[in-house]
Amino acid sequence: MSPEPLSIVDAGAALRSGESTAVGLLASVLSRAEMTESELHCYLNLDREGASRAAASADEELERGVDRGALHGIPVAVKDNMCTRGLETTCSSQILSGYLPPYDATAVARLREAGAVIIGKTNLDEFAMGSSTENSAYGPTRNPWDTERVPGGSSGGSAAAVAAGSALGALGSDTGGSIRQPASLCGIVGMKPTYGLVSRYGLVAFASSLDQIGPLTRTVTDAAVLLAAVAGHDPADATSYSGPLPDFAAGLHAGVEGLKIGVVRELNGEGYQAEVSEATGDMLNRLSAQGAEVVEVSLPMFDVALSAYYLIAPAECSANLARFDGMRYGLSIKGPTAAATMAATRAEGFGPEVIRRILLGTYALSAGYFDAFYGQAQKVRSMLQSEFEAAYRKVDVLVSPASPTTAFRLGERTQDPLAMYLSDICTIPSNLSGHPAISVPISLDSKGLPIGFQVMAPALGEQVMFRVAAEVERLAGFGALPAPALAPPTRVPL
Amino acid sequence: MPIDVDVAHVANLARLALSPEELDRYRQELGVILEHASRVQQVETSGIMPLSHPLGSGNVFRPDEPSPSLDREEVLEMAPESRDGFFVTPPALD
Amino acid sequence: MNWAPVIGIEVHVELDTASKMFCGCRVSFGDPPNTNVCPVCLALPGSLPVPNREAIERIIRLGLALNCRINPGSVFHRKNYYYADLPKNYQISQFDIPVCVDGWLDVESDEGSFRVGIERVHMEEDTGKSVHVGEGGRIHTAAETLVDFNRAGTPLVEIVSRPDLRSAADARAYTQELRAVVAETGVSDARMERGSVRFDANVSIRPPQSQKLGVKVEIKNMNSFRSLEKAIRAEVDRQVELVEAGEKVVMETRHWDESAGITHGMRTKEGSSDYRYFTEPDLAPMVFSESWVQEARSQIPELPARRRERYRHLGLNPGSARVLAGSEPDLRGLFEDAVESGAAPVPAANWVTGDITASLRRRNACLGDVPLHGEDLAALTAMVSQGRISARAARQVLEGVMDGEGSPTRVARARNLEQISDQAALEQVVEEVMSAHSQAVERYRSGEKKVRGFLVGQVMRATSGRADPRAVNQILSTRL
Repeated sequence: MSPEPLSIVDAGAALRSGESTAVGLLASVLSRAEMTESELHCYLNLDREGASRAAASADEELERGVDRGALHGIPVAVKDNMCTRGLETTCSSQILSGYLPPYDATAVARLREAGAVIIGKTNLDEFAMGSSTENSAYGPTRNPWDTERVPGGSSGGSAAAVAAGSALGALGSDTGGSIRQPASLCGIVGMKPTYGLVSRYGLVAFASSLDQIGPLTRTVTDAAVLLAAVAGHDPADATSYSGPLPDFAAGLHAGVEGLKIGVVRELNGEGYQAEVSEATGDMLNRLSAQGAEVVEVSLPMFDVALSAYYLIAPAECSANLARFDGMRYGLSIKGPTAAATMAATRAEGFGPEVIRRILLGTYALSAGYFDAFYGQAQKVRSMLQSEFEAAYRKVDVLVSPASPTTAFRLGERTQDPLAMYLSDICTIPSNLSGHPAISVPISLDSKGLPIGFQVMAPALGEQVMFRVAAEVERLAGFGALPAPALAPPTRVPL
Repeated sequence: MPIDVDVAHVANLARLALSPEELDRYRQELGVILEHASRVQQVETSGIMPLSHPLGSGNVFRPDEPSPSLDREEVLEMAPESRDGFFVTPPALD
Repeated sequence: MNWAPVIGIEVHVELDTASKMFCGCRVSFGDPPNTNVCPVCLALPGSLPVPNREAIERIIRLGLALNCRINPGSVFHRKNYYYADLPKNYQISQFDIPVCVDGWLDVESDEGSFRVGIERVHMEEDTGKSVHVGEGGRIHTAAETLVDFNRAGTPLVEIVSRPDLRSAADARAYTQELRAVVAETGVSDARMERGSVRFDANVSIRPPQSQKLGVKVEIKNMNSFRSLEKAIRAEVDRQVELVEAGEKVVMETRHWDESAGITHGMRTKEGSSDYRYFTEPDLAPMVFSESWVQEARSQIPELPARRRERYRHLGLNPGSARVLAGSEPDLRGLFEDAVESGAAPVPAANWVTGDITASLRRRNACLGDVPLHGEDLAALTAMVSQGRISARAARQVLEGVMDGEGSPTRVARARNLEQISDQAALEQVVEEVMSAHSQAVERYRSGEKKVRGFLVGQVMRATSGRADPRAVNQILSTRL
């Protein structure tokens, strides 16, 4: 059985028309997982039992006329850095091997309340640090478009699962592009909301001022639907946005006529795969043809955004990951003293990329270096945000490639941390500013690998962002593609 | 030029027991990454306030109302060692 | 050579809010270990802090009571260090923008009054509690450590003084005054025996005329005024010995060992005090509006310094005013009520700080446990000043009132303690005593004047002490 993967919206319609059931949807998604998992390794943990119960309950509720909305009965996956009560949550780290959280992350709880069926926990770069999902202590995830290639990261498991049809949608987290970059590399839609829109409570923190949970889906509409289910104020997160939320799906298909679209000059040129630049330019022409005014915008701080990011994110992570010390939970390698136990546990339990970033962040915060590194990076961040805001006074959205290249080969960048870091050059600025951004697949390169297009918007500008993204999706005709096969896809869009 | 980092000192601050080989490797990698990161130092930032919180308002508080705590058994079950309701850890000082 | 100590004190005060600083777990002393813990205060993965508004209101109130300026805005920082009873391995604290800055506290002691500058008052969270198991139960010899996180995350206020203190005794007087302010602003129960108030001291020495500060040593682990005073004395002595032996004082942190009466070096590795402070990204900045600060100001009750002044205006001497102003609120209330009911302030104060306090101690009771009110104390003082009872009888009357036997008048009557001031009755008794002791009368008249005391004593004895001694003396004078 190889069912056609559906969008969340289509699946919801099928459920309500009686064409399918939640149990049936789950079965087809799980059978898809059975087909693909040995090759792709999207999941660290498939919760068949919990998912079956949730699906049965969703069907039973629908029969009784209880309809929890768009996600009712929909099988979704959750990145394994979000806490799930009683379900192992490892962040792909040895240090949390076997860890069973005593509570659900707020986003997970909201998925459950919305009637979603949580299939399992997806693979990621350890503690979300990486751009290829190769930094997982439990082995890498592979790209469904070419299994010799990475799915991107850190939400590579979520992106690959949605692309492969072993989930209809997934939650990821995006600190420097960890939703958008893998979405781009896997040919799906990935969106990072405005900072504070989705509660971070229960998301195992990497860099607190940058982390945001967001949706990975097959369509822009699905992204809006999934976002709506998890967004909203949470008193347990002091950085949670408490104002009114717009209807994210409203006006989605209003087109781009009359909108002003800014093309970021700094996100192009050297280091960008030619086909990526071409596809981006091509899409801009089409948007222009649809009545959008396309202008070039320069944001000079983008050139140092990556540098600032690789000081700020490691600095925050060095403190956020300090709690993993072998004293209260998780891995513990006992030494003669508490200090020795902590040091041995952490050296053993963390992988090299995590250790690298902890060292980097510790250094950037340490006496004598704080002002030159961390302090200066925060000022650059401030200037970057000002530049963004100035730009958004002139244009409605900013656009760029979502990733400078399409999916790269496993192992290609693992020996060169800096080259790996450059994978996030397009996505990092919106994390630093806290603004929303989305990646939409637009075409394939000559190797048959997906190219993603990024739409960035001002704070709480999700509506206009989705509106432009939906038009991009429509113009690209990509969302209608069937899920890619494990072998390079035979059908090329457009 | 790569930046020379006293990695042993930093590893001690970060409570990481690393071997001499590991320290050497991280020292080299950090040097290169920091060289790139030090580009932030070329930006003229006088008069700029550092940004710690991307967005959002001030004064987020909770009312002083107790809420339920976790079940102790569940908490101690996670611990590497526990006794009589306490977490047991190796001694604080050597 | 003489050496002048320079001392600054850091006082940590646990607030007795209903819930912890950043989570809803109860703040409760003495509960079974690890029963008031949750994902936040245990630092489980994914948990986030949300600050307790009441704690912030209390620190503002305390800061104002300490004459501080409230910063218009304030932020939390992370203070990074690894310790088994610090679950996140960073403490949420404050760094360059604390809630309160630049205050002062006036202190009165037996040696006079002085003002201590307060550099800052900031908000942070407490750690868990470690019990070191092994030889002697001491940190240096422990085989393992038992950790209880019930205390972890309790709101903690740190009050940092300027190095304005010049002796261990001054340090004690300052901390006692500070504790009184803490208790009276209602921010904490301020119970020393529970560790609600704890001290660290920064101690250095310098030649008396020098303006330059010496190398300072931080001493930790003092939980009482007495141990604070002893620890500072011991540390000053240690530094003086070092310097006089030609050695140098090293900047370090030392641990006070109460049982040994000495300070120990902490043997911390060099550089481990690099706390890598940075702004806490999980918490929004705080903004204190003028109206918020005004509201906090309006909630400050009368503080000891102001009260001492008022008591002096009532005629109390400075020492008495100080003792009374520093006594428990219910005792002060009794005094104030008595004065309100017409009692003369001086004897009323003496009663409160003397016999009443002593009696309560004997009874192991507090004022609320006994039926003694302001009007009773006023009546008692009036009876004494009017000569209706003797000072000695008055103590018995007080006990009777406290035993629940009724008003002072009623007790005096029931216990037959009222003085006999009826002239005729007294003359009768004097007559009887003189005839019974005619020899003594003779000796007096032949010039042996001290016999008069014997005669007065006999009269008092015959009246079971109820005779007014002044009246007895008068009668004796005319008869003899």
